[in-house]
Amino acid sequence: MNIHEYQAKAILRKFGVPVPDGHVAYNSAGAREWAKRLGDGPWVVKAQIHAGGRGKGGGVKLARTPDEVRNISREMLGMILRTHQTGAEGKLVTRVLVEKGCNIANELYVSLLVDRATSKVTVMASTEGGMDIEEVAAKTPEKIFIEHVDPLVGLTGFQCRNIASSLGLTGKLVGKAQQVLHGLYTTFIECDCSLLEINPLVVTAEENLLALDAKFGFDDNAMFRHPKIADMRDYDEEDPKEIEASQFDLSYISLTGNIGCLVNGAGLAMATMDIIKHYGGDPANFLDVGGGATIERVTEAFKIILSDKNVKGILVNIFGGIMKCDIIATGVVAAARQVSLSVPLVVRLEGTNVEQGKQILAESGLDIVAADGMADAAQKIVAAVKGAN
Amino acid sequence: MSILIDKNTKVITQGITGATGLFHAQGARDYGTQMVGGVTPGKGGTSIDGFPVFDTVKEAVEKTGASASVIYVPPPFAADSIMEAVDAGIELVCCITEGIPVLDMVKVKQFMKGKKTRLVGPNCPGVITPGECKIGIMPGYIHKPGRVGVVSRSGTLTYEAVWQLSCLGMGQSTCVGIGGDPVNGTNHLDVLRLFQADPNTDAVIMIGEIGGTSEEEAASFVKDYMTKPVAAYIAGVTAPPGKRMGHAGAIISGGKGTATEKVAVLRDCGISVADSPAEMAQALLKVYKP
Repeated sequence: MNIHEYQAKAILRKFGVPVPDGHVAYNSAGAREWAKRLGDGPWVVKAQIHAGGRGKGGGVKLARTPDEVRNISREMLGMILRTHQTGAEGKLVTRVLVEKGCNIANELYVSLLVDRATSKVTVMASTEGGMDIEEVAAKTPEKIFIEHVDPLVGLTGFQCRNIASSLGLTGKLVGKAQQVLHGLYTTFIECDCSLLEINPLVVTAEENLLALDAKFGFDDNAMFRHPKIADMRDYDEEDPKEIEASQFDLSYISLTGNIGCLVNGAGLAMATMDIIKHYGGDPANFLDVGGGATIERVTEAFKIILSDKNVKGILVNIFGGIMKCDIIATGVVAAARQVSLSVPLVVRLEGTNVEQGKQILAESGLDIVAADGMADAAQKIVAAVKGAN
Repeated sequence: MSILIDKNTKVITQGITGATGLFHAQGARDYGTQMVGGVTPGKGGTSIDGFPVFDTVKEAVEKTGASASVIYVPPPFAADSIMEAVDAGIELVCCITEGIPVLDMVKVKQFMKGKKTRLVGPNCPGVITPGECKIGIMPGYIHKPGRVGVVSRSGTLTYEAVWQLSCLGMGQSTCVGIGGDPVNGTNHLDVLRLFQADPNTDAVIMIGEIGGTSEEEAASFVKDYMTKPVAAYIAGVTAPPGKRMGHAGAIISGGKGTATEKVAVLRDCGISVADSPAEMAQALLKVYKP
């Protein structure tokens, strides 16, 4: 789950990480009012969408007067902002963050994440603030500094000082860096983050540190203990089909192809997409119905797949282990009837009670193509979809 | 012989009075596994379908002599259950639970340092030594006793590989589902080490997916130390970057952990990589004559 920048900064403020004074606004008059309340300018107006690269797309602008804040906000609100992360369709801007400007002396980079290799929270810092960190890692890895945190001890003072020293911070900035890093670590732990990235962390002309931008990723598995963060979810930023699927505990991801997939198990679901591609087709989605696929969930899965207008055929691939094939087959037949299926449907069943399952499909009177094995299934659906075009 | 478990392994179920825990405890018992009891706090002293129930793992171990445990406890409490089993001196813990917060697992991993327990999972199907012992949720009947080891991050994809092997007449020594989470107890490399040392395993199928570097580390072990043939399949060639593909750990982040990259590394290390998930057993036959 992701949140907006203004929400991220509110969380950081709560944990003692210094951020610029600012406020979110939903209309241009409100933006002007907030600029005046924040004190002397200049101000920065920032479009709030869940994507990076906003500056280049015209989503971050400097204003010298409150009227200018209003005018810029008026242009931004309602615009479709396109960045390298939004794709060509872009994203609608419905809110802006009005922030006090600051005098930047230097830009740094700090992020925290769970390192899979060490199974520890890891702090990563770089002198190359404002840059794309993957690029820094590839070209100048010596400019990236790393500290792994012992979860039972927490981020220590000396680790903070090591990072500060590596970043070339001296004098009173060392103590300030320690405060910022402690605040970030506490935020990460207390909010169950999967990623917390401050890029840039700026050193101001007045020798202060400020988190100028903030990007959060949260561990979906831990949201049950963070209802306030879960409430920050902005449904407008997500694919409506993915939202619908999540309400039925289906794991669904929309892709750009034309063959819908319905599979049990995440690994098999990925492999099913791959084998469709292997035989020259293009998957329309990832969909894992999970272990306990009931008739209701299979029906819902069919509806979601078919709400994608690109879908020209569906491949059902089930390896029935605990879940018996006859039950899955009954679900598929019921679902196909309920949604009045009009595109080719190929079903591959394997596992417990497979013969009964195949019989149910054959006797349904529906136009269902049975397949033996994954390769056969993929070839059949690819051929069916190509034939339909 | 086999790795991790055999017919002498005594197993308890943590969360045995829940619907899932009981269902799979019964399934494992039907398969022939020595399921000797279970743990549900507050229900100690009772029994359920013939399984004695204990309040704590410590007590269950004392009374039953169990050396392995399987966990079906809901996500908010599962990390505590793992640590309880570790503290009670259980040798092998299989955590089936999906959805444990990753920071809970970070603590568990640190807690386990220096302890003798091996953790498999979480978010995994479990471990099976066909014909001897089944710990977890996999359908027992698709397996056949034999000499091929299987290790995988995905449950259903393991069944797919096992099914392909069984259909071609190749049985399995032990199949280990290591789970789809980013922070887990046992990785591909750990299992390959065990298979390499096991006199009853002749060859291995390793199944991986996008995200992390577990497969790459295992591949370099294969190159440097393994004398047994290894075949592999990596799921997620078509997965878009930045999206979590069902498994919490199956995500391409910052351009790292793509399937294409993994396949290239595995091939460089002499592993026979299947181009398609339908060809896992055939890929093994290219380097192994049963």
